[in-house]
Amino acid sequence: MSLALIAALPFLGALLPGLMIRAGKNACAMVTGSVTALALLMLGLNAPAVLRGEVVQTRIEWIPSLGLNANFFLDGLGLLFAGLILGIGLLIILYARFYLAKSDPMGQFYTYLMLFQGAMVGIVLSDNILLLLVFWELTSLSSFLLIGYWKHLPEGRQGARMALTVTGGGGLAMIAGMLILGNIVGSYDLSVILENKDAIQSSDWYLPALILILLGAFTKSAQFPFHFWLPHAMAAPTPVSAYLHSATMVKAGLFLMARMWPVLSGTPEWFYIVATTGLITMVMAAKIALFKDDLKALLAFSTVSHLGLITMLLGFGTPAAATVAVFHIINHATFKAALFMSAGIVDHEAHTRDLKRLGGLRTLMPITFTIVTIASLSMAGIPPLNGFLSKELMLESASQTAWMANPWLLGALATIGALFSVAYSFRFIAHAFLGPVRTDYPSKPHDPGFGLWAAPALLAGLVILIGLFPMVTAAWLVNAAASAVTGEVVSVKITHWHGLYAPALWMSLAAVGGGLLLMGLHPRLMALWIATPRPEAKRIFDGIVEPFAALAGRIANTLHDGALTRYIAIGTLAIAAASYYAFDTGSHAVGTRDLMPVHPVPVLGWLALVLATVAIVIYHRQRLLTLVLVGIVGLMVSVSFAYFSAPDLALTQISVEVATIILMLLALNFLPKATPMESSPVRRTWDGAIAVIAGVGIAALAYALMTRDQAFSPISEYHITNSKPGGGGTNIVNVILVDFRGYDTFGEIIVLGIAALVIFALTEALLRAGPANDRLLAWRPDQRRAGDRHPMMLVVATRVMLPIALMVGVFIFLRGHNEPGGGFIAGLIVAIALIMQYMASGFAWTAARQKVDYHALIACGVLIAAATGIGAWFNGLPFLTSAFGYVTLWPLETFELATAALFDLGVFLTVLGAVMLALASLSRIGLRAGETINVQPFDIDPSEGRTLNSGEVR
Amino acid sequence: MEALVASAIGMMTAAGVYLMLRQRTFPVIVGLTLLTYAVNVFIFTSGRLATNMPAIYGEGAPGYADPLPQALVLTAIVISFGMTAVIVMMALGAFLESGHDKVDMNDDDTPVDGGPR
Repeated sequence: MSLALIAALPFLGALLPGLMIRAGKNACAMVTGSVTALALLMLGLNAPAVLRGEVVQTRIEWIPSLGLNANFFLDGLGLLFAGLILGIGLLIILYARFYLAKSDPMGQFYTYLMLFQGAMVGIVLSDNILLLLVFWELTSLSSFLLIGYWKHLPEGRQGARMALTVTGGGGLAMIAGMLILGNIVGSYDLSVILENKDAIQSSDWYLPALILILLGAFTKSAQFPFHFWLPHAMAAPTPVSAYLHSATMVKAGLFLMARMWPVLSGTPEWFYIVATTGLITMVMAAKIALFKDDLKALLAFSTVSHLGLITMLLGFGTPAAATVAVFHIINHATFKAALFMSAGIVDHEAHTRDLKRLGGLRTLMPITFTIVTIASLSMAGIPPLNGFLSKELMLESASQTAWMANPWLLGALATIGALFSVAYSFRFIAHAFLGPVRTDYPSKPHDPGFGLWAAPALLAGLVILIGLFPMVTAAWLVNAAASAVTGEVVSVKITHWHGLYAPALWMSLAAVGGGLLLMGLHPRLMALWIATPRPEAKRIFDGIVEPFAALAGRIANTLHDGALTRYIAIGTLAIAAASYYAFDTGSHAVGTRDLMPVHPVPVLGWLALVLATVAIVIYHRQRLLTLVLVGIVGLMVSVSFAYFSAPDLALTQISVEVATIILMLLALNFLPKATPMESSPVRRTWDGAIAVIAGVGIAALAYALMTRDQAFSPISEYHITNSKPGGGGTNIVNVILVDFRGYDTFGEIIVLGIAALVIFALTEALLRAGPANDRLLAWRPDQRRAGDRHPMMLVVATRVMLPIALMVGVFIFLRGHNEPGGGFIAGLIVAIALIMQYMASGFAWTAARQKVDYHALIACGVLIAAATGIGAWFNGLPFLTSAFGYVTLWPLETFELATAALFDLGVFLTVLGAVMLALASLSRIGLRAGETINVQPFDIDPSEGRTLNSGEVR
Repeated sequence: MEALVASAIGMMTAAGVYLMLRQRTFPVIVGLTLLTYAVNVFIFTSGRLATNMPAIYGEGAPGYADPLPQALVLTAIVISFGMTAVIVMMALGAFLESGHDKVDMNDDDTPVDGGPR
């Protein structure tokens, strides 16, 4: 359970920022941070077992028939990644608190961040590849939200779209690859797949699966030729860049390659695809990084380059290289996150990240300078920092690997990559911080407050610590992770000095020397760089995407031009055409079921319904008359339910009918009372034709359905048989609602509650200052009003009836389990009884006398229903399993007690609350429109012979 | 009897669709209400028609009408009330905000001219 909880915590935490932001930014950040810290703590509790070499597992069956289970496992690799994701996530939450501007919606930011965090943790803990794919696509979606966080910036939106297109597209390829893999092995469980190396590599489908999976990994990790999205994602706020591009999103691809390493690596295909791609990416991106003036762009290409480096190491396919890859993942996360955050600090303080406009910050921002220097030197691979350690090991591995039987090619190219890396790292320091202090910064820079530099400083400290004492600080984690990747026990030995004869030493020296030389030549090289034409990835991408977007836009704009009637016409015709096609290509024999005899009374009902329907169409411009006619149709429908053996439906329909008509009447008060004639005869004929097509089609379908027996035997028989023995009720419909399909009902009352809340929110919005409110304040009734708004007869009658009506409600509720009735119907009946009070005595007068809050009613209803369902858990039964028993209480007859009745109570309360909230909202609009509040219950009191309420309050 | 029910469903559907194709909010809502009746009755009839056989246990009951569509339709009726209430509220809000009750809008929230398509 605990692993599933670690993955679930960030998702649960995503709900909090939106609520907590009202308590202030600090509270919001604290709560968000504490959720991440809690997840980190739970991870830490599992760490000792993992470091002992155990694999912690949590298995939850989800959809076993599809092989889709919520299985999680934690090994060394998962521990490393989950630790990075949560640990750096915590730092990012701190950093973002101080980085975001006042105008940025911080709650939203943290929600996106937590969604993303949850998706990432899910990827690294999944033990089921289908589950992993779900989380994988979730990272694409949530990163889209994060990258496009600054919605007002076109670059942000374009960058977010590009990232989503590329990584989401790669994810789709990966789904195919994973499915192939699952088919080869016969299981979608990662732990099973990882043990079937031979079966996978000997399969004919190995190469397609490999290529598809690598497409997913390469797009995510921005490998050539998919690297172009990453620099464009830099339009995101810096905390996002620091998080996504140092420790998480782009590392997901690496994680996947490391995860699949035991079964996919070791073949020539793997070596040539992965190592070559990594190598090209490393060298190419390092070169581009040198020529970027934007600090974040420089870091972006540097990230791409380092990702290439790690990909190359994984591609070598040897355990030693994979171990180095794991080590460099840790190191890269520390120094790159620190650098991104520092770049953000510079941007935050100097209001520019352009190297051409910076320089001389060393004395102005000494703290930031220190952090940047440490992290940059580590990125350059200068001893004794941690970047040096893994780079040495990388060069060592590269020098020992032959490419196409060429023993020195890899080593030479890796050295060139390292050389560029040295050059751009030095450039970062030199061009931003060294040199003379300038006078033309957009804003006078100085070191930020502690909150902003704390996170990068901590990471810079780690850079030094891992650099100085690698065996104490990092080796255990590298061992655990590398053992998980390679499947053999790894015991790494990290040293600073490999001896005078180690090739890595000389390669390193060459890289540093060459890098310094490049630095010196930079102005001239830059001129050359600008002069050479190069492919602009964004233009190519846009060139491919834009025609499609334009085509889609043209189609959508033609079909959906904003006219509701057009959507409905197109939708209706499309459905009719599809149905006709199905009809035309199928067989259509006449139904064989015995027809029911026709009796005269039902024919009269049918006649009333048809006449009312036709009259609605003819007279629909007179709206009040239309409502009366709708009432007739509804009445006939409920009568027909009663006739066709559905008493529960008849009761529900008739009570809903009353509530609906009252609601529409209230709304009509503020709407025009007539519909103008504005459509041409041609249009009316056309609309009529569409309507006739729809009507004839549905009638034919209904007739065909009713005149034949079911094609498959329905599951209804089960419900009929088990209603009494299993559910304890004789009213099968009610037992289905509260017991067999209780979960559906639970969802439905929630929907109903939400609908009522939406109505309430809409009302609130209308009553706020604005055109709607102005119109209401200036409202003049457009119809004559009755002089006696609250006639005494009505007032007295409804008051006498109220207890009786409530009694009927209770009666209907209680008998519901065994006779027609139940929570839905009782709720509607009580609602109507209350509405009658409102109608008779006025809204405010009644509201002042009934203290129940409708929001609370809805909430209580849903909570009671939920609590009843959860109660079953305590008896070890699934959610909403009902229990019932029989009680004899003298002098009463034996009666039944069922938990389903409690559930029905929840339904009752929700329905009551929802109906009342909807109608009360409309009444509030009436009050705003100048409806007066009566002080006395009725306007004219004959016994006193005078008109009351003379001093009405508005 | 089946033909009567089927024709009634068809009539309500046709009237509902026709009204939903009008250009003002109120007829659209009425149309939707009619369509709701039609759909509910249609789902109900998928359990086939039966008289005097309510799905309630009784001594010597000749049989029971299919209870499953009934349960489905019961919740559907209540939900459609909720949905109708929401659209009524939206229609009211739109009218109060904009001063007209046309349903066809351009992208800039001006009414589309209600000419023939």
